[in-house]
Amino acid sequence: MANIFIYPSNSLILYDLVERFGHKPLAVMQEIKKRVTTAGIDSPPLNITPEDPKIGLKYAAVEVPAGVRGRMSLLDPLLEDSEAAILVEDAPIGFGCMGCQRTSELVGFLIRAKRIPILELSYPTSDDAAENFVYQISEFLNGLGDGKEAKNE
Amino acid sequence: MDLEMVRRQRMNEIEVAQISCGSEYTGIQHEIESAAEQVGAKIIFPDIDLEEVEAAEAKFGLKVTSPDLKLMLARAISVVEGHTTADAVFIGTCFRCAEGALVRNEIRRYVHDKSGLPVISYSYTERTTADTLLTRMEALTTIAKRRSLLAREKQSGLTAGIDSGSTTTKAVIMQDNEILGFGWVGSTDVLESAEEAYSIALSESGIERDAVQAIGVTGYGRFMLGKSFNADLVQEEITVNSKGAVYLADRHKGAATVIDVGGMDNKAISVQDGIPGIFTMGGICAGASGRFLEMTAKRLGVDITELGKLALAGKASNISMNSYCIVFGIQSLVNSLSKGARHEDVAAAACYSVAEQVFEQQLQEVEVREPVIMVGGTALIEGLPQAMRELLQAEVIVPPYAQLIGAVGSALLSSGFIEE
Repeated sequence: MANIFIYPSNSLILYDLVERFGHKPLAVMQEIKKRVTTAGIDSPPLNITPEDPKIGLKYAAVEVPAGVRGRMSLLDPLLEDSEAAILVEDAPIGFGCMGCQRTSELVGFLIRAKRIPILELSYPTSDDAAENFVYQISEFLNGLGDGKEAKNE
Repeated sequence: MDLEMVRRQRMNEIEVAQISCGSEYTGIQHEIESAAEQVGAKIIFPDIDLEEVEAAEAKFGLKVTSPDLKLMLARAISVVEGHTTADAVFIGTCFRCAEGALVRNEIRRYVHDKSGLPVISYSYTERTTADTLLTRMEALTTIAKRRSLLAREKQSGLTAGIDSGSTTTKAVIMQDNEILGFGWVGSTDVLESAEEAYSIALSESGIERDAVQAIGVTGYGRFMLGKSFNADLVQEEITVNSKGAVYLADRHKGAATVIDVGGMDNKAISVQDGIPGIFTMGGICAGASGRFLEMTAKRLGVDITELGKLALAGKASNISMNSYCIVFGIQSLVNSLSKGARHEDVAAAACYSVAEQVFEQQLQEVEVREPVIMVGGTALIEGLPQAMRELLQAEVIVPPYAQLIGAVGSALLSSGFIEE
């Protein structure tokens, strides 16, 4: 089982597909859940604590909007743990989104820079394309084996 | 607290629609809500369907790439079209986001023009606190709910106003629409400075303290003064300065723009019939404040009261200013002096630099409509309104007693409490 970074990172469809093929999806909902359920954090369900944007400084300095740093603080553990990734471009908002285009651009760059197996797809706009979309994801995930291969690929 | 009290409080609660991008990811949403709560307001978020978000760009006419900015457009449309009921609107995006700034400005204009609701916009960082937002939120709620207070055009009875500013503290005594006397002292201890200014104003007016029928306070120290002086009116500077400016300039009706370059922050307020509409309050940098002019006067060896006249005799373009920063800006002036520059030109350049920064960085956020009324102590430095006149190519008025704007506005508005 490999850790699969998905983007849009709150896409329930991608999350479900990754899980169905026996891998562990890395989604932003997991990070938000930690903040909502951790005792002592007093600002749920507001996504992040006032301290979180400081974690984002690892990726984006102060000349970058604070919202990017805040979002990156949520994505940091997912990027760190990722062993492979599925990125879907041009997806409609309902499929999942992080809200901020600048964050999307940065995350896309960072995940590609990790040199892990990546499947990049366009959002399907027809039934045939949708079938092919799922097929490509299944092929990609099945090809990763138990995750160890993914790491070494 | 009993249920009736809760119900009454809720009935008086002002609902502020928040239209923003990034606030929940900067960790400051709690600060926004806390600032609203402190002034009896409640933040609400317009409910939007996914279809409305997807349709918002075409409907608004602005294409954006970030989905949360599309959501902002949809929420603005919801407020304007009346699908969301609100008393006022807070618009916010992340500081340093270019796309966010464009959307914020256009939404602010759109909501203001189409709904008539009071609007404030702000660009935040993770360091934004409730204290930073408090004055702005207070002004927003005042404009939304206290229009009868703001309708006052004449001072009546015997009232006092105290403005506890960051640099100076002003007090004024007014009776039957006339200023009887005033005190103007440097701010040190908030209460002591206010007491000193008030005592001078009373003495100059020949009025006994007990004879004052109502008192209004404003400025940074207003909450402390409100308690200490048992004030009838404790009000932020946006509302008070707007009223004070149109009162002193005798421009109660029609449009006007009020600019107050303060010691610590600047205010630019677009006013219609004496009521603030769009306003900004910054915070730009010390280089755009009265402090920069004070430092320039000191370097030139003149009193601050002489700097303005000196500037009028100079030409700003003779001096090369390489920076807006208070430190590097002064350095530019010092370099010019070392090369033999005329003091008049240096004074003019300092005034132009401050005006230019306000023009470039703050006036873009409000709709500048003539006349421009410049107020606050810096308005008396003649070179500054002159520089603003040149930059805006507009009628710039400096009303009498411009330095007392907050105190006069407070005395004017507090006279409403005598009749109550």
